[in-house]
Parts: sequence; structure tokens; C-alpha cells
Amino acid sequence: MKEIVLLLGMLFAEPRSGLDYSSEEIRKLQASDAENPGMLWVDQGAKRFAQGCASCHASMKGVAARYPRVAGGKIVNLEEMVRHRNPAMTYESDEMLALTAYLAHESRGLPLNRAISEKQIENGKSEYFRRRGQMNLACAHCHDANAGKQLGAETVSQGQPNGYPAYRLEWQKLGSLQRRLRSCMFGLHAELPPFGSELLLELELYLAWRSQGLPIESPAVRR
Amino acid sequence: MRVVIQHPMETGFRREDGERVKRNAIHSFTCRYNGVEVFRATLSTGIAANPYLRFFIRAGDTGDLDFWWLDDDDIEGTAKARLVVS
Repeated sequence: MKEIVLLLGMLFAEPRSGLDYSSEEIRKLQASDAENPGMLWVDQGAKRFAQGCASCHASMKGVAARYPRVAGGKIVNLEEMVRHRNPAMTYESDEMLALTAYLAHESRGLPLNRAISEKQIENGKSEYFRRRGQMNLACAHCHDANAGKQLGAETVSQGQPNGYPAYRLEWQKLGSLQRRLRSCMFGLHAELPPFGSELLLELELYLAWRSQGLPIESPAVRR
Repeated sequence: MRVVIQHPMETGFRREDGERVKRNAIHSFTCRYNGVEVFRATLSTGIAANPYLRFFIRAGDTGDLDFWWLDDDDIEGTAKARLVVS
């Protein structure tokens, strides 16, 4: 009986932002725009946007809340959307981080609102529950079954994507959600999928579906 | 006063693809208020990337704040702000 209750709890758990699992210091850092180091990238992105994009695009408020999404049979995340016009721009480049941080910040506080169907997330969902790496763990083993518990000094979060691109103290800089996903896979001693690969996009889409309703926090501060 | 500077603050000990990344940290920082130096700091590699500095100054007159910093690559950074006393 207890197991059934636990399972039900897992299935119907309310999405909780990574912020809920963070220390008070990190919450303070994220809450103050003057102290949040992620705002450095947002400011840069705003300048780049004014120079290169603002002649066509007026306000980008709410745009980031609709990504990732499926367009023309392909998954398009925020980075791929920026690359549509600037194909040479790579993931984790300063330009890309600045622009995506700016775009996400424009939608800060808005609930993630993606028109994603159950059919579209099928692949991502099976990847989320697939065991991988020498650790032989799936995403779900930590982020569904053990969220809120301690893993060494860390509190395991639900792995919600609503703060990304986020400033991670471990990286000492801003990074994309795909970089974060690769970090998890590195921890599992799994093969690292390249940036922009189908696997990471499928996972991003599933995470987006799973996080419906959480407010965008970018640039969030995470450990 | 609260200042955040975007800078990698490379320690010189980090490796990327097996190659050592050259040390590059901000080592000097000053703040001038109406042309008078009111704050100076010496930083080193023990300070995290994107250093955040917080210090107090006595705000007497309305005036310009000039921030200046220099890193190991001899690249200078500057920023300006206007302090209005009303």
C-alpha cells in the first residue's frame, strides 16, 4: 500500500522549481538584479538585440515561454530559434548565451506555456526513463523518485528547466539547459551527446512538458 | 555601492583539453567619486569569476562615479554611474 501511495505521489507531484530546493543565499542572489551575475549576460543580450534584431522584432515578451516547441516536425528550442537567423552562432558562445538570456528574461515571471502534445514527448519521455552510463541510472531515479532528498551536500531537485539559461556557481558563468543536461550525463559516466543533438532536444521538450505552469526565472542562480 | 564585473578570473591552474589556461584575473580596482579616489581594491585568483564588490562611500554631493579595473592581460575596464543627492 505504501508503495502505491509513493507511486501516486510521483505521478501527481506538483512541479517545483529548483529554487525551492536552493539555499537562502542562492535565493537572495537570484532575487536581486544588482547581485545576480546572470544579469551581466542579459544586459549584453539587450545591447545585441537592439543592434541586430530590434529593427524587425518589437517586444519579445512571452516568446521564450513558448519554446521549445515542435515546428515542421523538428524540435526548436530557444537556441535553435536564434540559430535560425544566425546559423554560425554556437551553443555556449558568449553571443548565444547573451541573446538567449535576454530573451528568457523578457518572459521572466510568465508561466511556461507550451503547446506540446503527449504524442510529441513520447521519445523524450522514454529517454527520461532510460537507464544510461556506468551508473546505470535514468533521470527519473533522481529527479522523480528522490527529489528533495540529499545527494552528498546537494538537495536533489525535480530537474525543472524553468531557470535556464542559468548562472551556475559550479560553472562560474551562465549556461544553457543542454549544458546542464550534459553535466548530469557526465555525472552518470554516460556518453555525452553533442549540443543540439536529437537526444538533448527530445529531453528538453519532455522537460518543458513536465514543467508546465512554472514561472520562468531566467537568469536563475543554481549551484 | 554594489559592483558586479563580468570577468572569468582565470586562476592559471585550470586545464581545458589538457592545456593549461593562462592566468587572467583582475588585480586592481578603483572607484572615483567626483574625481577623488574613494575606494581601491587589490584582487587575486582566490576571487570567483564575475567578482561582486560591495563597499560604502559617503554621498555628499551629486556627482560622477568612475570605476576602473585592470587584469593580467593589461586589459582595462571602465564604467560610469551618476550619483544624485537630493
